[in-house]
Amino acid sequence: MAAEAGQALLRVQDVAVRFGGIVALDGVSFDVAPGRIVGLIGPNGAGKTTLFNCISRLYECDRGDIAFDGVSLLTVPRHRVAGLGIGRTFQNLALFRSMSVLDNVMVGRHCRSQGGFFANALRLPYAVHSDATARDRARELLAVLDLERFAETRVADLPFGTQKRVELARALAAQPRLLLLDEPASGLNHEEVGAIGELIRALRERLRLTILVVEHHMQLLMSLSDWVVALNFGKRIAEGTPAEVREHPELVRAYLGS
Amino acid sequence: MSKKVVTVTILLIAAACVLPFVVSNYRTFQLTLVLVYAIALLGLNILTGYNGQISLGHGAFYAIGAYTAAMLMDQAGMPYWATIPIAGAVCLLAGFLFGLPALRLEGLYLALATFALAVSMPPILKSHLLERWSGGVQGIVIVKPDPPAFLADVGIKLNPDQWLYYFALAIALVLFVIGWNLIYGRIGRALIAIRDHHTAAEAMGINTALYKSLAFGVSAMYTGIAGALGAIAVQFVAPDSFTVFLSITLLVGIVVGGLASLSGAIYGALFIQFVPNIADELSKAAPWAVFGIFLIGFVYLMPTGVAGAMRALLGRLGRGKLSPPKEALP
Ligand SMILES: Nc1ncnc2c1ncn2[C@@H]1O[C@H](COP(=O)(O)OP(=O)(O)OP(=O)(O)O)[C@@H](O)[C@H]1O
Ligand SMILES: [Mg+2]
Repeated sequence: MAAEAGQALLRVQDVAVRFGGIVALDGVSFDVAPGRIVGLIGPNGAGKTTLFNCISRLYECDRGDIAFDGVSLLTVPRHRVAGLGIGRTFQNLALFRSMSVLDNVMVGRHCRSQGGFFANALRLPYAVHSDATARDRARELLAVLDLERFAETRVADLPFGTQKRVELARALAAQPRLLLLDEPASGLNHEEVGAIGELIRALRERLRLTILVVEHHMQLLMSLSDWVVALNFGKRIAEGTPAEVREHPELVRAYLGS
Repeated sequence: MSKKVVTVTILLIAAACVLPFVVSNYRTFQLTLVLVYAIALLGLNILTGYNGQISLGHGAFYAIGAYTAAMLMDQAGMPYWATIPIAGAVCLLAGFLFGLPALRLEGLYLALATFALAVSMPPILKSHLLERWSGGVQGIVIVKPDPPAFLADVGIKLNPDQWLYYFALAIALVLFVIGWNLIYGRIGRALIAIRDHHTAAEAMGINTALYKSLAFGVSAMYTGIAGALGAIAVQFVAPDSFTVFLSITLLVGIVVGGLASLSGAIYGALFIQFVPNIADELSKAAPWAVFGIFLIGFVYLMPTGVAGAMRALLGRLGRGKLSPPKEALP
């Protein structure tokens, strides 16, 4: 295993999810050690996104447990997951399309800022201060992700690749410890794919992130990951270093479809 | 806020302060109702425009506010001004409580549930159980408030219509400032985020259930305060003033004025106050047909509401020198 017991930042244990007759996840277990980039691969419909949605609490597990930093997530309400330190992006962009880039990133910071309806209605000092901090922090992130010049642009008016960076910035705004990236390179052109790889690596160093990444772009994923978990039909079929998994017969069979 | 917006706002407020001295008493009374509707529309816009929850039942909250004020004045002898915050509080609670079960409903289903609220309001107000306080079908007549004595003491002479106008203007200003604070900050971003992408909003840590219920409560509070002010202005409440037609009129107001726009509430209020009158003058036989033509014309010519059209116009005048519109379109 990648990590000894108690060391894992994320521990997925025997997780099963079914939708009617479809078994999307069937007893999946693996650990994500702190500071690592773990790649999650598998053919279409293998259950990768479903697993992400279980971690985000968007889906309920039928069986098993998911623990973050030693605490089970399964009793945590959805809106508390971000506050615990788990950020994510979505396979099909899930941005707030009518809002500006800056506002999107500031929403990403919602769980780290204060001030409810009452405090905001009356502009109580702590709410104003918290908002100013959120704005500063969001602007910093825009600078890191080379999005500054789009700060006031409506997200819907931006090209796809830029929107993906906005989503990444939004996920980082809450200062997560664990980042879930669902196909960060999909829909990007060749240059952008190279850049996103660099960016993910740089972000891990700079923000001391642990990253779980789903990606179909094998070259990118294998070069990025310290550890790879392979799923097929909801089951874990292989796990190991990129070099080990690449040669794994189960994986070869899954991708060749025989 | 840009300097230009501040200047324009101050000029508009100054103009609003002068108006009662240059127009007739009847027009002043009509302008008071414009302020009342603007407050109601602002409330509905927070819910429907910014948060994406469609309400066909805000007339019910308007009615609750109106009756709260009327009953407190009539039964408890409370001064008119004291009834306003109470009507607001009652509607805040009523809206929040209605918002809780409404969480399970989306889009058209929510529209139907709120529609049910609107159609059930007149019979509830007429019911025998409430008749002792609500005056049944007859409703309640309210005395028109006089300007406070201290104004006369310092030499400001106002007639009751003028006084009521300023009273409504002051309340509207306070409520618009609060609305501005809510929308252009953490809460407004969260409300729009919920409208734009519910799941992502939740994943970003927004307690969507709480925010949606609170949006309902705040929205109802605005509309309830408008109802109370409206009742005091027209000096009368009766069940048949608050039919589902009122609810639909309010919805018309936010769409014509501009969804998800604070200034849209004012344009919408002008529309629902004056266009029916104009229609009536144009055709005594079929005023509502004329109203319908106006409505189609507005929606056709200004698909993002008057506020959207104004924004586009200002943008063109400023040749892009104006900062891009801050107000989000749905
Ligand atoms: N909400 C849902 N309702 C019903 N079935 C679902 C739902 N979500 C996922 N599934 C099914 O679960 C299975 C796994 O889907 P999932 O999206 O997790 O696959 P994936 O590994 O992310 O695939 P891809 O690489 O295409 O994104 C699929 O058969 C899918 O149709
Ligand atoms: Mg997927």
